[in-house]
Amino acid sequence: MEKRELTCIGCPMGCMLTAIIENGEVTFVEGNTCPKGDIYARKEVVNPTRIVTSTMCVVGGEKERVSVKTASDIPKDKIFDVMRDIDAASVSAPVSIGDVVLADVAGTGVDVVATRNIHCR
Amino acid sequence: MKNYDIVIVGGGPAGLAAAVSAKKAGCDSILILERDTELGGILNQCIHNGFGLHTFKEELTGPEYAYRFIQQVLDLGIEYKLGTMVMDVAPDKTVTAMNREDGMFTIPAKAVILAMGCRERPRGALNIPGFRPAGIFSAGTAQRLVNIEGYMPGKEVVILGSGDIGLIMARRMTLEGAKVKCVAELMPYSGGLKRNIVQCLDDFGIPLKLSHTVIDIEGKEHLTAVTIAEVGPDRKPVPGTEERYTCDTLLLSCGLIPENELSRAAGVEMNPVTSGPIVNESLETNIPGVFACGNVLHVHDLVDYVSEEATRAGENAVKYVNGAEAEAGAAGGNATTGAAQAEAGGNAEAGRAHVIALAATDGARYTVPSTINVDRMSDLLTVRFRVGDVYKNSFVSVYFDDERVMHNQKRIMSPGEMEQIVLRKAQLAERPLLKTITVKIENE
Repeated sequence: MEKRELTCIGCPMGCMLTAIIENGEVTFVEGNTCPKGDIYARKEVVNPTRIVTSTMCVVGGEKERVSVKTASDIPKDKIFDVMRDIDAASVSAPVSIGDVVLADVAGTGVDVVATRNIHCR
Repeated sequence: MKNYDIVIVGGGPAGLAAAVSAKKAGCDSILILERDTELGGILNQCIHNGFGLHTFKEELTGPEYAYRFIQQVLDLGIEYKLGTMVMDVAPDKTVTAMNREDGMFTIPAKAVILAMGCRERPRGALNIPGFRPAGIFSAGTAQRLVNIEGYMPGKEVVILGSGDIGLIMARRMTLEGAKVKCVAELMPYSGGLKRNIVQCLDDFGIPLKLSHTVIDIEGKEHLTAVTIAEVGPDRKPVPGTEERYTCDTLLLSCGLIPENELSRAAGVEMNPVTSGPIVNESLETNIPGVFACGNVLHVHDLVDYVSEEATRAGENAVKYVNGAEAEAGAAGGNATTGAAQAEAGGNAEAGRAHVIALAATDGARYTVPSTINVDRMSDLLTVRFRVGDVYKNSFVSVYFDDERVMHNQKRIMSPGEMEQIVLRKAQLAERPLLKTITVKIENE
């Protein structure tokens, strides 16, 4: 049996949660004031994921950088792998919102997409 | 220079939403004046996600949220001028501005919407002792450098203030390879959202030191170290608690101040609590036809609320322009006697108007709006306010004069989050003698 302490992000209350983990599964959550805390703890312990947002170098654009994000959430422990790949990549102008600027980033199966438009210089 | 019915000062989220709503309400003569080289305001540098959950029911990044409105401005053919600095808004609503193409120009507007946003509190306003080396930035300046210009301000970072921008920048600098040593917060609670504390600090093991502040800054040319100390209940440093952190960058996230130089010069009355204009139910200032919305009015926590508020300001500005035209038309048709009657009629109406004052006491710091003209309010009116401390399991109470009419328990309220109540027009209309509505926080 393993215990994990978490802070719920469901609302400003910020309940201190304790999750009991047995055989890789959350069997019990305590400290939550509402069901949100229970759902959050189960997801956060077993499979924590995050959307990563950053910027990527643009070639030939009116701006130096284009803002980007992972099209969906990626495993939390892959954040720095994703950042490394985004930093190493570049994209040519023009870029439109939603364009895939880097496919299957860091082997996550998730694409990195542009979140703003960049016109040519 | 062409004349416009409505001139909007600022092309950020508030200005954009106000322009879109004014156009949709039937006004075809709108001009947005924006000093930056693009529309969208501060959202362009807020590349993180979490925007638009209320408005679009999805999580967008700042630039994406801004573009939803920019796209509407473009599709609706609303005119705007970039790189244009508004120099003055006169009490008669003449707007003076300048840019590289037109030089200095004036526009005699029928209505003006103030949407200038806010600025960060700078080091000079914080009274931090020590040297004045390079390497000290407001968090938003660093955000612009990293996200728009592509420059990293430094490698070893200390952040003073736990507002959302500071928390977001702690994560952003970490992702880009910097070492963020700690975030110090003067208050015993964070001014930022819980979600940001977990996902920007806890995720990366960055310590949040509550009740701490910077008491010394070292470095002649460039920052070399800062000293942080714990503060007591009087917010004064406690001797013996000093900790020295070597660093090359200090970011300040210590509050936002509405940018109201133009409003003050125009003679707009200000609320000392919000540092924004005092407005009525129509978001109109004491100068008829001058409206305010967004962070220039009061600093918001969520951009969704800015858009919603600005939408109302845009609609009300159109009503004002139409009303002024109808009045002018009536006066013109009946010659001088007509004009005199119209004026008399206007005064009589003003005499009949049922205007209620809003007051905030006992933990509620302010309300927006400050007054309500019952005849002019919409069927439902959202009143927004902030609390001055962290309250758990307390009640938001609303009094109509001495009678308590609302008493809603909230599990948690904190100064970092805006609160709201909704007033119904019918409820106010049936109380013609009602003078003051008071919002307060009660324990029971």
